[in-house]
Order: sequence, then structure tokens, then C-alpha cells
Amino acid sequence: MSTALPHQPAQARDLWQRVHIDPFLLLGLLVLSGMGLVILYSATGGNLSLIYKQLVRLGLAFGVMVGLAQIHPRALYRWSPFLFGGGVILLLTVLILGDIGKGAQRWLDLGVIRFQPSEFIKIFTPMMVARFLADHPLPPRPRTIALSGVWIGVPVLLIAKQPDLGTALLVASAGFAILFFAGISWRLLGGLALGAAAALPVIWSLLHQYQRDRILMFLNPEQDPLGRGYHTIQAKIAIGSGGWTGKGWLQGTQAQLEFLPEPHTDFIFAVLAEDFGLLGCIGLFLLYLAIIGRGLHMALVAQDTFSRLMCASLAFTFFVYMFVNIGMVIGILPVVGVPLPLVSYGGTSMVTLMAGFGIMMSLHTHRKLVPS
Amino acid sequence: MAVFRLKDAAHENRLFLTRLVTAAAFVVLLTVALTSRLTYLQILHHERYETLARDNRVKIAPLPPTRGLIYDRNGQVLAENVSVYSLEIVPEQVKDLDATIARLQAILDITPGEVARFKRQMRRLKGFESIPLKLRLSDVEVARFAVKRPFFHGVDIRARLVRHYPYKELVSHVVGYVGSINERELKRLDPAEYRGTTHIGKVGVEQAYESVLHGHTGYAEIETNARGRELRVLQEVRPRPGADLHLTLDIELQQIAHAGLGEHNGAVVALNPKSGEILALVSKPGFDPNAFVYGISLKDYRALQHSPDRPLFDRTLRGSYPPGSTIKPFIGLAGLNYGVTDAHRKLYCPGYFQLPGVQHRYRDWKEWGHGSVSLDDAIIQSCDVYFYDLARNLGIDRIHAFLSQLGFGTRTGIDLAGEKNGLLPSRQWKQHALHQPWYPGETVITGIGQGFLQVTPLQLAKATAILANHGKLVTPHVAAYQQYPQEAPIASDPQASSEALDLDRRHWQTVIDAMIAVIHGARGTAHRISRGLDYLMAGKTGTAQVFTVKQDEKYHAKEVKEKLRDHALFIAFAPADSPRIAVSVIAENAGHGGSEAAPIARDLIDRYLSKENLHAQISP
Repeated sequence: MSTALPHQPAQARDLWQRVHIDPFLLLGLLVLSGMGLVILYSATGGNLSLIYKQLVRLGLAFGVMVGLAQIHPRALYRWSPFLFGGGVILLLTVLILGDIGKGAQRWLDLGVIRFQPSEFIKIFTPMMVARFLADHPLPPRPRTIALSGVWIGVPVLLIAKQPDLGTALLVASAGFAILFFAGISWRLLGGLALGAAAALPVIWSLLHQYQRDRILMFLNPEQDPLGRGYHTIQAKIAIGSGGWTGKGWLQGTQAQLEFLPEPHTDFIFAVLAEDFGLLGCIGLFLLYLAIIGRGLHMALVAQDTFSRLMCASLAFTFFVYMFVNIGMVIGILPVVGVPLPLVSYGGTSMVTLMAGFGIMMSLHTHRKLVPS
Repeated sequence: MAVFRLKDAAHENRLFLTRLVTAAAFVVLLTVALTSRLTYLQILHHERYETLARDNRVKIAPLPPTRGLIYDRNGQVLAENVSVYSLEIVPEQVKDLDATIARLQAILDITPGEVARFKRQMRRLKGFESIPLKLRLSDVEVARFAVKRPFFHGVDIRARLVRHYPYKELVSHVVGYVGSINERELKRLDPAEYRGTTHIGKVGVEQAYESVLHGHTGYAEIETNARGRELRVLQEVRPRPGADLHLTLDIELQQIAHAGLGEHNGAVVALNPKSGEILALVSKPGFDPNAFVYGISLKDYRALQHSPDRPLFDRTLRGSYPPGSTIKPFIGLAGLNYGVTDAHRKLYCPGYFQLPGVQHRYRDWKEWGHGSVSLDDAIIQSCDVYFYDLARNLGIDRIHAFLSQLGFGTRTGIDLAGEKNGLLPSRQWKQHALHQPWYPGETVITGIGQGFLQVTPLQLAKATAILANHGKLVTPHVAAYQQYPQEAPIASDPQASSEALDLDRRHWQTVIDAMIAVIHGARGTAHRISRGLDYLMAGKTGTAQVFTVKQDEKYHAKEVKEKLRDHALFIAFAPADSPRIAVSVIAENAGHGGSEAAPIARDLIDRYLSKENLHAQISP
């Protein structure tokens, strides 16, 4: 692969370079968001006002992406420890005085705006670890790895304590991905995996009863068909009844007749599967893979360790998002609150995701073009 | 700028490339895993799921449990479930809900309140569930709808079990009632557990023992065709009915107390001092709890709320009254305990009491005075001056310390919600609440149960029980045991406490002997009720001022409007040597305790002691 676009006049390439936007990634994200709106329209039973709200959020998220793409990588690199430290302090603040909503302490309410500090940390943690590893020779020495483990472990535990299982999982996997891309030995990787497995009982003790119920329910969804198991059973019926090509847009009875709970948030994939069938699902997978592939390509052509690790881990985290959400909807993973990226209704995680892509674009378009 | 300089670039690049390829392979592999799972669901098992989704949709219908019944101690039913005809709608099968309801209103009387309740439940329950719009149809209404039924798709008449309270206002406060679930309760309860249930305990035992009475919801997986017709049950899990709850109350004693209060409002509490079992808990006037089950109209509810007699107000747990002279035995105990007085000390009562250097005269109810009185005389004849003096010598700090040991000023811990603390005044309380210092005159009137002191009828009964027990503490409770069908009964008694007040035995006896003479002595204030008694009763009368009689004014009950007349109070326990029942009675605006409240207690105690089976504790 080369960075020059085929059949593209140099002028156009320079233009993209000047506005610091990667046209491939932008196209992929636009197509995905459009597809998301189409599915959302069906999932909400044709509720236009929700679609408008989602459009506004998308606009905001794309704005954040374009804005971040303008920032020079050097600034990102320099600021990462401070951003990370600030994020951890915010997390602690939320734990101490976060107002308790939805049985979980996640929000910090500043009167005008409510936000989840755990969202920022999804980006700040990999930035911190990437910078830390870039400052040391690769592959990292045990001491460097141990410290990186601290940078990852602290926010993960704080988020798990909130408790926000989905986010904790995403932050952990982002950190893990960075270490992996930094080239730590397979043996150490195995050791880390074992360590994580050993930490499971600790995390289990941090969980709220409703999260334990979810995990236990995943092992046996039929035990509570009126309450929590209902989601899983109805989602399966929706997906299975889709067949090869689905019942057609807006024709899915499960979603339209409100058999499927929360069809427009975490379980929206079931609506796609019912309306557009296996082929629709595969289409979505290919779109996701294209975006992830472009991200990995950006990592490949990056010219410094920090950019490399950031691009690779952000792309990989995006995949984890998609895999965990779809996995829980189709019943091979426990139900944790992870949205389907750029498709589920909801704003906070979308902005974070797009911010990540903005950083990738910044890193990619500020390269000094050295012919490879 | 360490960022833009690579160390050992060649090695790093190679390493990074292999990792990148590994990651890409991992991503592809997991995506293939997702695809294969989707293939399994959408291709291999497509027909099965399609069947479930389209032709034969599976409904998971809740099977709500039947609510446990509530009995009194002798097995009389206080709360039962009766079958009524109810008009029900399945929202999913109705095209235009508002139009349908409007058409129904043309043939049946359906109130806006009933429509609102229906909409509220519709938001909570699934679209295929049958939701009651109007409970309790008369035979005429059933017939009227039956004629028009073909024109109403998705509307039907069903038999539903609905709560019914046969004793109506007799146990309205203690048993309470169920009502339809409201928004606030929705946030609290487990939605899965209340699917298909429309009512929940709101007050009294119905609320306090909700989790016991409710049971567990079952469910049935039902195959239906596209039109929602049920075809067959695939599998079902039976609900577990709620437990029947047996109370310590005796409905007969409730009736006696209720009737005994006559035209007066008031409260009667009777309990077994040994066990803390509540035998009677009457707050008058009551209300008909059945009205709340069907959804009371706003007009009727307003009428109950704004009635000057306050029928919704539970006087036994929440009514705060000045205890009047019924506090005197306890003040006397405090005096003996702190050595401020003894059984032989005499005091001259001239009919009034004055603090040194103060003009104000604290009057005795007996204008010309009781003459020379000792503690037992003072209790028997209810001499105010003796207790003015005793209270002043004790001081408010010691009065507060001693009375709080008897449970005044704090909740009794009864197994019902909504108890009030009453008010046991102290220096700290006054400073905190009124920002004023404590004045000696306030101590003086506390000695005869006036001033700031406020007690609930339940607190008064509990203190009487502690006195009857010679200091052993009890926790009042109304639930005896609960019984799930075909299971062994579970006692719901709180642990009987072995705690006791540390007081010289002789002090208890001194006060109790005086209280026996209140009833059996020729000069006792309740002597009138002793005729024909074949056991010893100990008691104390009280009269609590509702307003203050100004200096040099006389109090003529006849001239005073009834609402301003004194409350009549009485506390008693019997048999005096081994007490089995302790009672407190408050008859509002009835005048004098000895003549108005004491006979109610006597009737209650007579009836209770004459029942043979009551020597035993209540047991299944």
C-alpha cells in the first residue's frame, strides 16, 4: 500500500493534506453513520425527532474529529501525561461526589453539562501509555511494562468501581493492545493474561448485583424470562427470523411490535439482522473491517513510535467495541453496556470514538512525507 | 524530541509489522466467528425463529401470584381476595384506544380516574397483556356490555381477584389497604416481580408486609397466532402465592374498643406486656379501605382528607397528645428512683402551687386542695400540687432521662411504618427548636403531663406495659406468624428483649399499689369501674387540656365548644399481680378520664381475661 491515492492528482492530495483529513477514513465513517441512521429509523419505529437528535450529535462528533485533526502530534504527545492525570482526578471526583443515577456513579454534573469522565479516559489512557513506551527503547523492558500496567490498571479499576463494566473492558483492551503492538514478548503477554484472569475475582467483588446477574444470566438466559433474560431471548428471535436477506426495511416484527427491548440503543444490531438478514450483517462487518483496516494501515506507515501505537490501538479498540456489542446481542458474550459504534442511539461514546479518529487523522496527515 | 527519532529502526519496524499482521488476522478471525454464529441463527435455525417471530409469536405472559390473606389471632379473615367481574382491554388488539374508551363510556360509567389508572398500567405492562379498565362491574353492567361485545375487538369481561376488607373501618389503619401501583413505587420495585400485578400495599400491615404477602410471579410461554389468539402453552412456571399473615390482633377487642369510644374520636391500644403482642389497635374514626382498592374518586378522597375528624389519620401511631395525669405514675417512679421522694413523705396541698418569688399560681384541679398527701394519695386522687412539687425537685434533666428509658420521645419499634416520635422536651430540644432557654415553670407543668410533653397512644401503652412488667422492656408488634401454602408456619416475632430497667423492686410495687387503689380504693379516680371486678386492675386516669384556662377563670365543660373540651385518658393493666394485658385509651374531647375512658378499658380487659384460650400465646 502506498500513501498516494491512485489516479488522484497531486493537487487534491495536497488539499486533503492541508486540511488534515484522511478521505478514506472520512468516507468510511460517513457511510457507516448513514447506514446507522437508516437502521435507527427502523428501530425507533419511524421516529423522526430521534433521528434529528442523532444527526445533531453526529454533526458535533464529526466537528470534534475535524477539530482534533488540526492539532499537531507534538502537542498531543506533550500533553498526554497531564490529560491522563486530569482524567484520573476527574474519575476519583466522580466516585466521591458523582451523583448517583441509574444505580451507577458515572456522571459529573457541572450544572450546564453532564459528562462521563470515563469517556475521556478511553483516549487519554492509550495516549499516556503510547507516550511512555515511545520514550523508552522497544521492545519495552520489564520495568517499563510494569509501570505501563499501572497507567492502565488505575483507570480500569476506578471505572470498574463505578461500576461501568463495558467502559472498563474497553480501556483495558486499549491498554493491552498498546503493549501488544509495542512488541512485548509472548511469554509476558501470556503472563499478563493470567494476571487479568487472577484479577477476575477482585473485579467480581466490585460488581453490583445487577451486573453479576447479567453475567450469570448470560450463562443461562432462560432462568429469568420475564426480566433480564427476555432481552437475549427476543434478540435471538429477531436475528434468527431475518434469514439470508431479512424481512425488509421497517418490516421486522420483533422491533416494530416492541417485542425487542431497547431496540435503538444497545440491541440495535438485532434490528439490522431482522430487517436486512445475514447479507446486511456481512455488509456491516465489511464496512467495519474497512475502517479498521485503514486505521491499521495508518499505523503501518507512521514514522514514529507514538503515532504507530496510537493509530494501531485506536483502530483495535474500535474493533473491540463492535465485537463486544454484536457478541452480546447474538448471545456469545454477556450483556455489558457497550453501544454499537456510530449506529446505536446516544451521544457520549460517539464523540469519543470520533475524537479518536480525529487524533488518527492528525497523526497521519502531519507526517513528513518520506518516500518509502 | 524523542518522538520523531526511532531507536534501532530496522528491528522495531520488523517487530511492529509482525504484530500488526497478527492483530489483523485476529480481527478477521473474530469477525468470521460472529458471521458463523449469525449463520447458525439466521440460516440453520431460520425456520424455527421465523415461526416464533411471525406465524406463532411467543408471548411470555406473567402469572401473578395470589396475595396472602390476613387473619386475626382467632382466625377471623381481615383481608381476603374476592372474585369480581372486570372490564379489560388488550391494548395490542385495539386499533384506536381513545376512540374505544370513548365508545365504552357511552354504555358504561367509566371515570377519568379509571382511564388514568389504565393508561398508567399500560405504560408498564406489555401490549398483549389484559389490563383492567373498570373493576367490579355490576350484573347490569355485565349484561349491558355483553350485548355490545361483538363491536369491541380486544375488550372483554374477566373475573379478577380483588382485595376485600370485610371489617371495613374497624381495622382500616392497622391492616391498611392495597391500591394501584403508582409512578414512585414503580421506580422502587422489581419490574419482573410485579408484571401482571396491579395492586400493592399502601399503608398498615398491607404495606409493611408487602414482600411476604405478595409471593413470586410465575410465567407462561404461550404460542399465539398472528392475530394474538393463544394457541398453546409451551411451558410454564407456576407462581408462588404469598404467605397468609396471622396477626396478634383480636377483632372482637377491636369491636369493643370501637364501640366503647361511642361518638368520640380517639385511640385505644391494648397489648400483652409479656410478649409485646398488640391485641387491639383502634384509631377512630376509620374509613372504608375497600374504596381505595377500586380507586377512590378525587371528590371522595378530598372529603376524607379535609374532614375535621381526620379519618385517614392513624391516631395510635401518629397522634400526639399531652398525657395529662396518666404521666404521674411514671413521674412518681422517677422521684423514687432518684431519691427525691419516698413512699412516706407528705406534702400539704392547698389547691395551688407557687414557685418561690413568682406570683403565678399553678392550680390543682381540686380548688380547695387535697390537704396532706403522700405519693400514693397523690396518685389515687390525682393530686396536681404533689407532682408540681416533685417535678420541680427532680428538674427537667432527670425527668427527661428517666422518661426516655420508658420509651417516651422515641418510636416504639412496632412493625408498621409511619410512627411518630411524640415529644419529650429537654433543655437541648428547646434551645434547638425554639432558641430559648428552659424555664422552671415549664418543668412544673411537665409533672402533670401538660406543656410541651406529647405522647402517642402506642407509646403510652408501651410505657404502661413496662410498668406492668416491673421494668422489663417490650417491643410491640402486630404480626404473629406467616404461612405459605403447604409449608410450616414462620414466626415473625421480633426477638423478645431480655433488657430491663434497673430499679428497686419496691419502687415498682409502691406505684403499682397506688394504681390498684385508683380502681379499687374508695377515693380512687376510677373507682366507678371496680364494681363486679373479680380480679385486680391497676390504672390511672388523665384529663388533658386542649387549651389553657386563664388565671382566675373557671372551666365549664358545658359552655366550651366540644372541640375545645378536654381529652379523657386512661391507662391500665390487669391482673395486677401477673399482668396479661396493658391498655391505653384516649377519648378526644370527652371530658374526664375516670368517667369516659376508664369504662372502655374495663370492657376490653373483662372480655380478654374471660376468654379461656388466651392464657396461651398465639401459635399456629
